[in-house]
Amino acid sequence: MTTPVASRGPVESYVDAFDEHSTNASVPSWVQSMRRAAFDRFAALGFPTTKNEDWHFTSTSPIAEQEFVLLDAASGDVRKEELAPFTFGASDWHTMVFVNGRYAAELSDLSKLPKGVKLRDLTSAWTELPDVVDRVGKIASYDTHAFTALNAAFMHDGAVLHVADGVEVAKPIHLVFVTDATAAKGMMHPRSLIMLGRHAKAAVIESYVSTTDAMYLTNAVTEVSLADGATLLHYKMQREAGRAFHVSTTEASQARDSHYISFSLATGGALTRSNIYTTLDGEGAGATLNGLFMLDGQQISDHQTQIVHAKPNCFSRELYKGILDGRSHGVFNGKVYVHPIAQKTDGKQTNKTLLLSDTAQIDTKPQLEIFADDVKCTHGATVGQIDQMALFYLKSRGINQTFARRLLTYAFAADVLETIETEEIRVGLEHMTLERFV
Amino acid sequence: MALLVIKDLEARVGDKPILKGLSLTVDRGEVHAVMGPNGSGKSTLAQVLAGNPAYEVTGGSVSFDGKDLFEMEAEERAQAGMFLAFQYPVEIPGVSNAYFLRAAYNEIRKARGEDEVDPLEFADLMDEKLGMVDMDSAMLNRSVNSGFSGGEKKRNEILQMAVLEPRLAILDETDSGLDIDALRIVADGVNKLKRPDNATIVVTHYQRLLNYIVPDFVHVLAHGRILKSGGKDLALELEDKGYDWVTTGTPVGSMAGA
Repeated sequence: MTTPVASRGPVESYVDAFDEHSTNASVPSWVQSMRRAAFDRFAALGFPTTKNEDWHFTSTSPIAEQEFVLLDAASGDVRKEELAPFTFGASDWHTMVFVNGRYAAELSDLSKLPKGVKLRDLTSAWTELPDVVDRVGKIASYDTHAFTALNAAFMHDGAVLHVADGVEVAKPIHLVFVTDATAAKGMMHPRSLIMLGRHAKAAVIESYVSTTDAMYLTNAVTEVSLADGATLLHYKMQREAGRAFHVSTTEASQARDSHYISFSLATGGALTRSNIYTTLDGEGAGATLNGLFMLDGQQISDHQTQIVHAKPNCFSRELYKGILDGRSHGVFNGKVYVHPIAQKTDGKQTNKTLLLSDTAQIDTKPQLEIFADDVKCTHGATVGQIDQMALFYLKSRGINQTFARRLLTYAFAADVLETIETEEIRVGLEHMTLERFV
Repeated sequence: MALLVIKDLEARVGDKPILKGLSLTVDRGEVHAVMGPNGSGKSTLAQVLAGNPAYEVTGGSVSFDGKDLFEMEAEERAQAGMFLAFQYPVEIPGVSNAYFLRAAYNEIRKARGEDEVDPLEFADLMDEKLGMVDMDSAMLNRSVNSGFSGGEKKRNEILQMAVLEPRLAILDETDSGLDIDALRIVADGVNKLKRPDNATIVVTHYQRLLNYIVPDFVHVLAHGRILKSGGKDLALELEDKGYDWVTTGTPVGSMAGA
């Protein structure tokens, strides 16, 4: 039997790294205090075990058993051409590139940022955007989440975005977190902050990609604050290296009438976990959380979403789809909390999984906790194989079995890709999925 | 040799025998109507010919263009020129009608040793075919049958038929659920596609469609067998006297078929 104490060993391996990291960082003193507090919290929590309800289906021991080196200095050699497969064919987006966890100005392009938009790397933002960065750590709590605590202790770089009231950013903002071979056995703890003012609108893409097949750990946290009437299209593209570990937490706080529209893609990594949390904290706010995970081989990918309906008259929509092949293992856990005052809540959650092999596995767990009485909340989960009638229909038109199966697999994914508003991303992911299956 | 020769065909779904020794011969240039009451085995015949694996063939033989049909997969039958217009066309969200049609068209061309066409060439072809079934090109960008009305689905079946130009088209209850305008459009499409070297089997419960697609032969299918065959007048007689007249041998009056 495993005892909780067993997870303390791995934690201790982070102590030296933390001591070194915390002494050479030039950050405001309140951040230093937060880091210390967060590290202590991480040490107390330890890596979550499968006894932790939030990690019931996914063991973190492959991460806990590794000793990662903190990558906190600029490193690596990534050329612009190497990023081409991940940029959706767009050349006029605002782009920030982070190589092995550190901002790489030479690969970035922030020259065309419109008025009212501030975008900096975290290291600069501590001094240049003090009024913005003081929200860091205020939205994503590290109190009960070990990986968020670990990130808070080690955070060293990331993107800080502030969009002023009423400003609609026409072009998407692409945050590219790329690793190369130098990242092998390293760990990165990117921390980003996205703040949209009243009635502001923006599209932000976070891409986690690699030019290598190295083993490393990305442990990212992104905090999002949406003021009244703001709309954020937030894309997360997890396409990490095949042996990589990836844990990320996105946590949003939404004011009245704001709309948070998230799409999470997960195709990379050996063991990955994406947490997407939002709190609907003003009347009329809405959240749309969609996602697609496509796994093969021995991949493990876990999504946990959490929507807190804290105020009345809010809506939430969720559609997550998984396509699992080989011996892969997918997890979807969708939490919806409806507070007692959150009357007229309108929530819908759907999770559909397509199993392409007999050895692939899905754990899907809707989790609705509703404390208001006048609400409409539904959820549904299906797990299945290729529809035989659709297969016959295609074959009856001359399309052979293999092609027909691939086409239907693509179609399964395309159904959720169609919800993507940003055309370049929708077309790019359709193309990627078509290439993968057809 | 005739295009399609069915001899003593027996088939079942699960443990339930449906076709019990059905024989039918269809030659090029002919239109055959297969009529019969509900549950007689009409749709089973259509599905078995198209190769639906949910149906098990337990006896008899079918030759299509001289080849043993049961040696061929569903896609091979389609490539050899067989086409089934489904009674219930399947919805495939996520695949555009244009992509689906071009994929099918190219698969069939490949099987015939012809070059595949690119999207531009295919668009030209579609312009011509869409008019045949009075369909708007916007239909091409929608997912296959997804959210289509009953009439749109049936027209989409005939559009596919127009694109694939089969040697044998089997229309399975294509008239069901269609209003008279849609019925006329569908029938016109089928008639335009008629050639001396192809054949059509119209499977239907009602005589109505046969006012527009005039059959050379009418067959009454009941209890899994063809009980009676005749010319186009047989359909009118059936409409008048009802199926019981054939299936039990006793005319039971004009209301029975309704």
